[in-house]
Amino acid sequence: MAKSKNAQTSQAAKRKLSEKQLHEMLYTMMLIRRFEEKALDLYSLGKVHGTMHLSIGQEATAVGASGALTQQDYLLNTHRGHGHCLAWGSQADLMMAEFMGKETGYCRGRGGSMHIANVDANNLGANGIVAGGLPISVGVGLSIRARNTEQVVMVVFGDGASNEGAFHESINMASIWNLPVIFLCENNQYAMSMPVEKSMNIDRISDRAAAYGIEGVTVDGNDVEAVYEAVHNARQRAIAGKGPTLIECNTYRYMGHSKSDRQAYRTRDEVKTWMDKDPIERLAGHLDMSKKDKDGLFKKAEAEIEKAVEFAEASPEPDVADIMEGVYA
Amino acid sequence: MPSPNGTREITYVEAVREALTQSMQADERVFLIGEDIGVYGGAFGVSAGMHAEFGGERVIDTPISEAAIVGACVGAALTGMRPVGEIQFMDFITLGMEQLVLQAAKVRFMFGGKATVPMVLRTPGGSGTGAAAQHSESLETWFTHVPGLKVVMPSSPYDAKGLLMAAIQDENPVIFVEHKLLYKVSGPVPEEPYTIPLGEPNIVREGKHLTVVATSIMVQRAKQAAEELAKEGIEIEIVDPRTLNPFDDSLMIQSVVKTGKALVVHEAVKTSGYGAELVSRIVESEAFDYLDAPVRRLAGLDIPIPYNRNLEYHAVPQVENIVAEARKLVRGEY
Repeated sequence: MAKSKNAQTSQAAKRKLSEKQLHEMLYTMMLIRRFEEKALDLYSLGKVHGTMHLSIGQEATAVGASGALTQQDYLLNTHRGHGHCLAWGSQADLMMAEFMGKETGYCRGRGGSMHIANVDANNLGANGIVAGGLPISVGVGLSIRARNTEQVVMVVFGDGASNEGAFHESINMASIWNLPVIFLCENNQYAMSMPVEKSMNIDRISDRAAAYGIEGVTVDGNDVEAVYEAVHNARQRAIAGKGPTLIECNTYRYMGHSKSDRQAYRTRDEVKTWMDKDPIERLAGHLDMSKKDKDGLFKKAEAEIEKAVEFAEASPEPDVADIMEGVYA
Repeated sequence: MPSPNGTREITYVEAVREALTQSMQADERVFLIGEDIGVYGGAFGVSAGMHAEFGGERVIDTPISEAAIVGACVGAALTGMRPVGEIQFMDFITLGMEQLVLQAAKVRFMFGGKATVPMVLRTPGGSGTGAAAQHSESLETWFTHVPGLKVVMPSSPYDAKGLLMAAIQDENPVIFVEHKLLYKVSGPVPEEPYTIPLGEPNIVREGKHLTVVATSIMVQRAKQAAEELAKEGIEIEIVDPRTLNPFDDSLMIQSVVKTGKALVVHEAVKTSGYGAELVSRIVESEAFDYLDAPVRRLAGLDIPIPYNRNLEYHAVPQVENIVAEARKLVRGEY
């Protein structure tokens, strides 16, 4: 990884983001972390059905990326997408209700953790299929071009998705047509248990951009300002008609792939190394926050999550009589 | 919808093209996307001349990337457009199945009914062109097995135009299965735009001795068989579902109640084919009490389509097979 490059982008970003914006970003990162920790608790209590994919440790990527986009832009999210969803401005209570399978949830309890969407807010949904969102992003890009609007679409996926055929087809197509697509790869180092070093013979996933004739950058995904800067630049390029960008954000998930993961493929030391680079601690440090202020902000996030849980728990279950709804329009 | 009677005759391929052209003229959200559909005009000439009329922004040539073609339709449909994708041969949909089955079909349901995916995927299926096993399949049943998709299979130029215009206006993902051998078949088609509601079957021919339920090219073969059988005094009634899913089976069931006998005919392989669904619907209904004979299926052999002309011919039902099967059923030989 080119540290000098990361350092440069961070310097540039500092000029772009005000202290107030950075404080807001820190809060959103804390909200994401508390949301997911609470989700884990609820799962342990048997209140959440199925499985979940937690992004604890990856919050800077989600917050930096969404922060560089506008409300008119589109998001196509991954299965590990709670962070991006919250960063996009989704309500924690409606997300939590979806998580608990309630009628009041974003998807009326039909989608759950892996399919949270809010189409009205241009959040076109999380996707349970690795690389499933990439081909769709091509269509959104075409649609933007046909409607001649100043929008972009950001599709988020993991390192594992970059080994799917859909990755190749989609980036190639977006490239030949110069579509306003931002391909955001969250390289959290593992595709379930498969480490990136064993799944590809290159050092940087962003090197793959060259094969499609598009811009590719690798940034420190735990540095919210670096991510912001990269996505901001990609958006500028897309709006200017200069086509798509592949951004690789190097980050790490502290938790297992999903609830069934015993994490036999990595060491505690490795996890600890990454925890030392924790994105929330880093930003708080950068902002010279006192422990008291930081704890206070976490408390605020906790309170918001508690309210979300209260809302979700008080919400009704879907009515079985409505089970057939939504298959066809 | 206007009657086909007294109008000019055009071919099935011209009818498909006219439906696309009129839909694009009426609605600027409609665009075409697929392999070689531009200047080349499509592998079967469906979009011939359309690139010149509408330009490359609305008749979009793609690389050979079926997953991205289907996905492009999904993304465009989710964000306000009405894409019509072409999969050059039905067999190639295997390369786009994830986007079709796991994305297009399920997005609306997964999102709690809060998204719509108004897209059409046109594709030519069927054998008879000597293209062998990887370019001749009839895979429609795969799609009828996926809730969220609509599956349409027109058997005539008139139906092709009306059903395609309806499919493009529909708010759901529609798989529109054309047949390569039907492309050159002519029939009356009104010039003005019209739609045939999806889900409504058609009584192609009335008769009292036997109900023949047929799809796509088998409707044409059943009509030819009917002429042969009529010479022997056997009058078959032909029901064409037109939309395989969702399918309103009431006309088919009424027909079987009337005739007391049913034969289901399709080109796709027999095992787990659409015929099994049709037979089940018949025997689950009140028509069961009126049956005078076993309900029979005539379908493709359970083999890949062979290359050799004679083998290919014998791999799927032909007119003489329908005649023979109908004769046995009507004469009580089962």
